[in-house]
Amino acid sequence: MSQDTTKKKPVKRPRAEMPAQDPKERIRNFNEVALGYDGETAVAEAERCLQCKNAACVEGCPVDVRIPEFVAKIRDRDFQAAYDLIKDTNSLPAICGRVCPQETQCEAKCVLGKKGEPVAIGRLERAAADWAMARSDRVKPELPEPNGKKVAVVGSGPAGLTCAGDLAKMGYKVTVFEALHAPGGVLVYGIPEFRLPKRIVAEEIEALSDLGVDVVCDVVVGKTITVDDLFAEGYDAVFLGTGAGLPMFMGIPGETLNGVYSANEFLTRTNLMKAYLFPEWDTPIKVGRRVAVVGGGNVAMDSVRCALRLGAEEAIIVYRRSETEMPARAEEVHHAKEEGVIFRTLTNPVRVLGNEEGWVTGLECVRMELGEPDESGRRRPIPIEGSEFVLEVDTVVIAIGTTPNPLVSQTTPGLEVNRKGCLITRDESGLTTRDLVWAGGDAVTGAATVIEAMGAGKRAAAAIDKVLQGKG
Amino acid sequence: MAQTSHLAATGERTEAMFRIVKRRELTPVTKLFVVEAPMVAKKALPGQFVIVRITESGERIPLTIADYDAGAGTVTIVVQEVGKTSRLLGALREGDRILDFVGPLGKPAPLIDRGLVVLVGGGFGVAPIYPIAKALRAKGVKVVSIIGARTKDLLILEEEMRGVSDELLVATDDGSKGHKGFVTDVLKQLIDEGRKIDQVIAIGPMVMMRAVARTTEPYKLKTLVSVDPIMVDGTGMCGACRLTVGGEVKFACVDGPIFDAHEVDFDEAVRRGRMYLPEQELAVKRMESSCAGGGCTCGGGH
Repeated sequence: MSQDTTKKKPVKRPRAEMPAQDPKERIRNFNEVALGYDGETAVAEAERCLQCKNAACVEGCPVDVRIPEFVAKIRDRDFQAAYDLIKDTNSLPAICGRVCPQETQCEAKCVLGKKGEPVAIGRLERAAADWAMARSDRVKPELPEPNGKKVAVVGSGPAGLTCAGDLAKMGYKVTVFEALHAPGGVLVYGIPEFRLPKRIVAEEIEALSDLGVDVVCDVVVGKTITVDDLFAEGYDAVFLGTGAGLPMFMGIPGETLNGVYSANEFLTRTNLMKAYLFPEWDTPIKVGRRVAVVGGGNVAMDSVRCALRLGAEEAIIVYRRSETEMPARAEEVHHAKEEGVIFRTLTNPVRVLGNEEGWVTGLECVRMELGEPDESGRRRPIPIEGSEFVLEVDTVVIAIGTTPNPLVSQTTPGLEVNRKGCLITRDESGLTTRDLVWAGGDAVTGAATVIEAMGAGKRAAAAIDKVLQGKG
Repeated sequence: MAQTSHLAATGERTEAMFRIVKRRELTPVTKLFVVEAPMVAKKALPGQFVIVRITESGERIPLTIADYDAGAGTVTIVVQEVGKTSRLLGALREGDRILDFVGPLGKPAPLIDRGLVVLVGGGFGVAPIYPIAKALRAKGVKVVSIIGARTKDLLILEEEMRGVSDELLVATDDGSKGHKGFVTDVLKQLIDEGRKIDQVIAIGPMVMMRAVARTTEPYKLKTLVSVDPIMVDGTGMCGACRLTVGGEVKFACVDGPIFDAHEVDFDEAVRRGRMYLPEQELAVKRMESSCAGGGCTCGGGH
């Protein structure tokens, strides 16, 4: 223990603002919106932390980051130590610092938040991670003694990467299989560049390679190779982090018109395939002048903000409940509004309208009102009869949710799914109905957050170790 | 990262990655490639497809598998040069590598076990018909194949098809070979001759498949087609390839690509297939002008 740094008195000052690109400027580019704290701002923010003995913030973290300790290190200007502390339990700090919903997790539990604003834990995490990444003399981790066991991880999203990282640190030989041509899963195809720069994802994956993890792209488990094949090839355990990749449509007339996209397609074209660089890059996208995005979650916010940056003059969120019920993070809604996104709440699409050539010309909607709470606890939206109207739009993006992809469950005997298509797990660790096969992330929970997926990957890694070492 | 460690994971040679071991020019705009892809070759079945990408900034495009050899670890594809990606692929030589080659994707063709199947292949659609003919023959099913093209120089894989068909019939629009007219004329003739046909499988341009569907519908003759829509991931993730079959929206990549011809909404499929034509033209134009300007990247030997 270093000399008792925790005795430094916390400083009372307002929470440090996050510098951001000007909204008028940023809607014309795909560069990162939130610019990050500089060193001095980070230190000043860290000084606000009360260094609680029973740190409630840690309970709010699915991967148990030792928050007060790393914040104290930043306060003491030891960014490397802060980074090492975070990295100890969180293999993807630069990503979590950017996309975690801290306001409902660690920061929601912060004592300072009871009377004022909580410590900006997420921004501090990002500051430490960015500092470490900016170092030219990046320290390569020491490789553990190989323990002779092999684990296959299916899917290179947050769940898979976390599981792989933790297992590699314990000495396992880990191979990650990715269906797309680039690793990262939703971090590369879903979350836009302006929220999570792809070089950050690439660096985190590079860090995994440093740990000896093999990332193999262009392999669709369930098609190119099956889970049974993996066991036959000598893998001792399998972790399925296959996500929730199947887009849901509304089932309303006109959804196959030209100009209707699933959010998955719209975002994949934009982010993974870099359609915003067309024709320098080859994949095109159609945006038109007016775009309606149906849905109220983070994916809807990402889509609508991409639409603006792709050149839409007007980008509209169409959501059937009111803003209070929106599942998107407050910060995302705030950013979208700053950028000029129009919010049509209590509005539900009933039909996509098209012209003779089959292109979208409008979205017929009905106004809604809120009734009694439904099973989600949110007030149920009810259509107001006779309130139909038409939004004139060229493009419609459907962002109403996704479900797990059945390619693996369909080809793996003994692997059971529930009626929503989510993999059934037998315990906290994510053990599936097949022995030696674990699962975690959206494949189990349905669409959720990056950090929850990471937590699941972590628990599975611990359980895999326990079982393979005969400790279970 | 894509191809480098692909096979390393299974302990095979990395240098075998998606290397083109054989290239054949079937017509000036149609090229056949035999590609080293052992994992894909091991699982491939008739009717399935792969997704390929040629350059780092390139598109992902689907190509139906034209043959496979699990023993040799190779998969055959046939590409018709239409847009930028297919031209870039067409310009590759033996020994070159394809950047990404993912598969086998989609459901295999549901093949019957006995009886008579008529296979109809139009244009470069003859290529994916070939492994179906081969598989049917191996099961002891009688195969009558009808292949067609605009003119005899555009007819592909005639000898190969003859080798796997009990009977091979040819049609060209201009009459330069075989029947003068459409493959559907020949098909209708077969039906009207009173042959007991158990199934028809047609692969080719959308308009040809629609014509086949219309030909067999009055006879209630079970007919399958393989659609070829725009795709991005090819694994059910994006829905770019959705089409209406029997009044229901399906994803060609995971529910197909083979569907009941009498249920497919062809007009919609044709319309969706044209969605990015202006962008395709722009990309091709840019490619051609960069060839002319000396900064050629197409590999076309200009």
